[in-house]
Order: sequence, then C-alpha cells, then structure tokens
Amino acid sequence: MRVLAPLFRVVSALVLGAGLVLAAETDQSAEKLYTITDGKVDKKTFNGWRRYTQSCLRCHGPDGAGSSYAPSLVDSAKQLTQDEFNDIVVNGRTNVNAASENVMPPFGEVEDVVSYLDDIWAYLKARADGALGRGRPPRIGD
Amino acid sequence: MTSCRFWIVAPVLALVTGAASANDELIKLSKDPNQWVMPTGNYANTRYSELNQINKDTVKNLRPLWTFSTGVLRGHEGGPLVVGDVMYVHTPFPNNVFALDLNKNGQILWKYEPKQDPTVIPVMCCDTVNRGVAYGDGKIILAQADTTVVALDAKTGQPVWSVKNGDPKKGETMTNAPLVVKDKVIVGISGGEFGVQGHVTAYNLKDGSKAWRAYSVGPDDQILFDANTTELGKPVAKDSSLKTWQGDQWKIGGGDTWGWYSYDPQLNLIYYGSGNPSTWNPAQRPGDNKWSMTVFARNPDTGVAKWVFQMTPHDEWDYDGVNEMILADIKVKGQPVKALVHFDRNGFAYTLNRETGAVLVAEKFDPKVNWATHVDMQTGRPEVVKQYSTQAQGEDKNTKGICPAALGSKDQQPASFSPKTGLFYVPTNHVCMDYEPFKVSYTAGQPYVGATLSMYPPQGDNNLGNFIAWDAGSGKIVWSDPEPFSVWSGALSTAGDIVFYGTLEGYLKAVDIQSGKELYRFKTPSGIIGNVNTYTHGGKQYIAVLSGVGGWAGIGMAAGLTKDTDGLGAVGAYKALANYTQLGGVLTVFGLPE
Repeated sequence: MRVLAPLFRVVSALVLGAGLVLAAETDQSAEKLYTITDGKVDKKTFNGWRRYTQSCLRCHGPDGAGSSYAPSLVDSAKQLTQDEFNDIVVNGRTNVNAASENVMPPFGEVEDVVSYLDDIWAYLKARADGALGRGRPPRIGD
Repeated sequence: MTSCRFWIVAPVLALVTGAASANDELIKLSKDPNQWVMPTGNYANTRYSELNQINKDTVKNLRPLWTFSTGVLRGHEGGPLVVGDVMYVHTPFPNNVFALDLNKNGQILWKYEPKQDPTVIPVMCCDTVNRGVAYGDGKIILAQADTTVVALDAKTGQPVWSVKNGDPKKGETMTNAPLVVKDKVIVGISGGEFGVQGHVTAYNLKDGSKAWRAYSVGPDDQILFDANTTELGKPVAKDSSLKTWQGDQWKIGGGDTWGWYSYDPQLNLIYYGSGNPSTWNPAQRPGDNKWSMTVFARNPDTGVAKWVFQMTPHDEWDYDGVNEMILADIKVKGQPVKALVHFDRNGFAYTLNRETGAVLVAEKFDPKVNWATHVDMQTGRPEVVKQYSTQAQGEDKNTKGICPAALGSKDQQPASFSPKTGLFYVPTNHVCMDYEPFKVSYTAGQPYVGATLSMYPPQGDNNLGNFIAWDAGSGKIVWSDPEPFSVWSGALSTAGDIVFYGTLEGYLKAVDIQSGKELYRFKTPSGIIGNVNTYTHGGKQYIAVLSGVGGWAGIGMAAGLTKDTDGLGAVGAYKALANYTQLGGVLTVFGLPE
C-alpha cells in the first residue's frame, strides 16, 4: 500500500488534472461550437440551420421546436452529448409499439447530413442554450 | 340481426357483380344522401348533402352521441364512409380499417390491420396520414403507406387482391384516397420531397391487374399525351414535358399526385392535379417543369390526357397543384358553364371550363397573396412579382415576405360547393414565409428539398386561417370568418343552410351558410384535420368527423410560428398549437336529441 498509495495519489491527480483539462477543453469547444455576435451567427451555425431545415424539419418541426410527429430537438440537445446525437443521426432509431410509432431513419449515407453533423449540432446547441431564437438566423456579415 | 343485414345487402351486391356496372352502382349510391360512399361525398367532389334535419334552426341542439377511438395517435385526415348499415373508418399508419355496425352503436364487425415495414414512416413527408378508403363492387379499397393497394371484402374484411404501386425505398409512399371509376381503381403517389416522378395508375377493380399508368413528367408515351391533348384549347406539341426540363432531370422531377380525384360521368373524364417539381431550389431545375403544378383531365378507360393546364410554371415556392377539383355547373359572368373550380396552393382560385380546360376566372382567394399580381387570361400564366421570386433573388438569398407560405393559401383540405347557394365554402391558410433556396444533391429515398423557410402570419393580422364563402363565377369572397389557426379540415355544406368544418384546436363548428355566423361548436378530443361527413341511419341524420391533430399542420404549426420575438406573442393567437390540443385519433358522431 505504501507503494501504491503515492501512486494512487499520482494517478488520481493525473486523472483529476486530465479531467480539468478535458473540462476546460470542453468549455472552450463549447464556446467555439457556435459564435453569435449581435444576434448574428457564424457560417457554421448558419449552415447547421440550413441543413436542419433541409433534412430534419419535415419531422422535427421548424427551428428544432418539435412537432406532432417528432420530438423537439431543442429539448433533446439539452440531454444528449454530441456523440449520442451523432450516433442517432447516423444510425437512426426505431421506437414502434402500441403507444408510439417513432422511426428516425439512418442518415449515415446522406452526404448533406453526415458532412455537416458538427454544424447541425452547433445550431441545435445554440437553440438549446437559448442563445438563438426562432427563424432564419442572420449571418455575420449579412 | 347480422344475417338480416346480409340479406338486405346481398341483392345490392348481386346487381353490381358485373364490373362495368360498378360505375352505375356508385353513381346511384353517391346520389343517395343517406349514405356517404366516397371520401369526397360524390364524384363531383362537392361535399354537399341534401339532408336537412340538422339545419340552421336545429343545429344548436346538436350533441355528440357516440365516439370511437382508432387506437392510433398520428394525424387523422379524410373521413369515414357509410355504405348501408356499415361505417368504414381508416387510420393513419399502420392504416388499420374498421367496419362499424351502425345498428349497434358502432360495434366492430371486422378490422383489417396490415403489417407494414416501419421504415416507411420517415419517408412520408409531413406525417403518416391517409385520406380514406374507397368503396366499389362490394370491396373496400385501401392505399397503404408502403404503396400496397389492397381490396378488402366489404362484408368480411378479407383481402380479395393486393398490388404494389411503388417503392418506398425510393421515397414513394401513398396518402391519397383511391377513387373507383367504372371498373377501375384510380390511385396516385406521394414523394415530391424525394424526387419521385409522379404518376397516376388505374387498376382493374375485379382483380387488381394494372390497366394503365400515366406519369406527370416525362416522354409522351409515359405521360399518355396524344395528338388530341390540348392546353388552353390548342394541341400541345410533341415532347411537351421533356422540352421544359434540363437533360434527364424529369426522372427525379416530382409532380406527384397525392391529392383528390373527381370524375364527370357525362364527359367521361377524371380530374386531378400534380404537385411540386423536385427540388424546391428552382435554380437547379431550369424550365417550366411541365407538367408539374398542373390540372389534368384524363380518360379513365385509357389514361390518355384530354387537356392540361399548368398553374404555376417553374415553381419557386412549393405551390403543389394537388388540391381537389370541384365539378359544378355554375354561371360565369352570366353564362352557364360546366365548370371545374380549384382553390390552388398558389392562392388563386381557378374556374375552368371542364370540357375544354379554358381558364374563365383566376382570382386571389386571400387578399394577402402577393407573389403574383394576376393571372394572364390569354396565356394562363401568373404575372410573378420579382421581389417575391426566389428564382430572381437567387440561390443562397433569403426572399422575404412571400404570401402565401409553402403550405399554400389552401392545402388538401377539401372545400364544399352548395348547388343551393351556388357558392363554395373554403378552409384556408393565412400564412406568409421567407424562402431561401440552396443547392442540394439527390440521393434515392432521401429528402430532396433544397430550401429553407420561415413561416409567420401576414403583416398586421393575428389569424392564421380563414373560412370563406367564394363566388367562383365572379372570383370574389362573399364572407370570411377568421380562425386563430389554419383551417385544415374538409368542409361540408348541407341543404339545412349550414356549413360544417373542424379547427386545429379541435372544434367542430357549424356556421350559417348565408352569413358565416357561428351556430354551433363542440371541442373534440384532438385537433381536426379530417373531413366532415353526414348520413342517416334509421331515418335520423348524423354528422361524423375524425379528430387527431397532425399532418403538415401538426409539423409546421405545432410549435407555433417563427418570429416569436417580434412581439406577436402579445396578441395571443400565435401560441403553440400544443397549448390547445394533443395527439389522439377519435371518431365523433353527432346527432340531434330524440
């Protein structure tokens, strides 16, 4: 134990340290996820809105707000990690039973979606964080 | 009791076993106001009933008498049929069909529950709706989401024949109600948002074998045009569709046929409209994109087109032309005309001569319509306003303030025509949009949209819908009742001098046919996007309607409209539909107290 104890301390410190670094990185990437200045969004977030509208709106409603057909992604983005989000979009999800008939198709092969997963996530996170309202977001430089 | 009913039905069926006489049977049945034998009420799609027990004096006493839960939650469009003592109720996906015994307060005689691959669900644009079943020759015809067309024995619910009309893997699905004409079943196809080349197909009622198929876009032998096919009285030239597309874009060109069908037995023509050209990005498909957005008159025996009329050449706004074609003999500018009246998504109400396809009247049925100033009566073309042209503004440019929005001044929810008043009663949308087209790539079975849009009410207004009375002879609104939400329910007018319609909050309403004054309302369990019908049983008049919010209305509006930061929220009318109603499929049958 004598040997192990300091080791443990070192390891846990490392883990803790790594955790801090990771958290800091996450925070940083969260800041970079989208940029909104004076109500105007960066190119990436705008493209996320556009791709959302192209491929997701028909079921999830305008602006990620949800519909009578599929859940609000503004709410989902509050619960999900980006990895979970990516997994559902790429592989789809089926929930068919007596009470519901929800089927999310896999978008893994759809160029206009998989190429822009980060952008769509950025847009939805901006909506989920309350940083962005409904409708077409104006672009920085518009 | 059951055997008694069969004895009554049997002679009727015996009369109609000859395939060709199915037409005569249906013509006869559809003229009997005691029954409701086709989703549109009759071949002319008038949704008018001679019944008058429930009238402007008695309707205040109307009350729900019995209800039936369909067990399905999605958007419930269309409405039930009543043939003899049996009511046939359909549901959205999985497209169950119930035969209910009207002698026993709706006890289930049989049910049909198709097994369908659930992967079809997300391929359906804008909810898994179905607009109803058809009856003919002792069969109930169902068009399933997965494009299976199945004929069920009306007495037992057992399948008689079944045929596959398309491929959901390519985005082909079915939502429309079939129409039985003579010895054939006419069906369309959905999939305009997936680049599906739209088509109409006739199957033989007897055995389901294919009689003909006519595409909306493509070469003449696919669209079934011949030397006698005309537009505005002149023969269309050879390759009339191909010449209006770049390369082979017509193959993924849309023009889908998911709306309503009508039939004139005297002229022997069926009428319907085609939907949007694919994609929504007009810059990607130069040309007029014929024959998308077109009214078709075809011979039901051969499928050959007699005449066509394209309402929105080179669509830039998603103004599908699929809304119902109402056949009415009315006076236009003092002259009696065999007219076809059509309230298009593009905001213009067209009165055509249904024998020749000539345009007689084309006027805005919502004064806020702004994308075109007028329709040129010589060419039939709309005069597009450059400011609202998403083609002129260009790709990646946000064209603002276009009225109507993509869902149109009216969508598929059918209007009604009263021969008693000579007027049309029309459920409408009152919504505008911003539209920004952008480049997209085509992948089979994947959305092929290519435009973003934001929807909001017209400037200065606080209602998203109107229920209007329309004079198709002069092209004028007679009265207009504002509604907080789009009216997404099919109307019913009756000889009782009243008009019925449902609202998205879930109200069944009856209004005075002369003034539009509300006479009755009842809040059903969910929003109404179904169509109201009426029939008698045991000599007593009933009103039936499906509730179950959903469809494009449920998707485009459930969350409320955009621009919620513009202070419109203060008005209160723009709150999310979800604050008023929840999902749930229920049939409600109304009647007067004993």
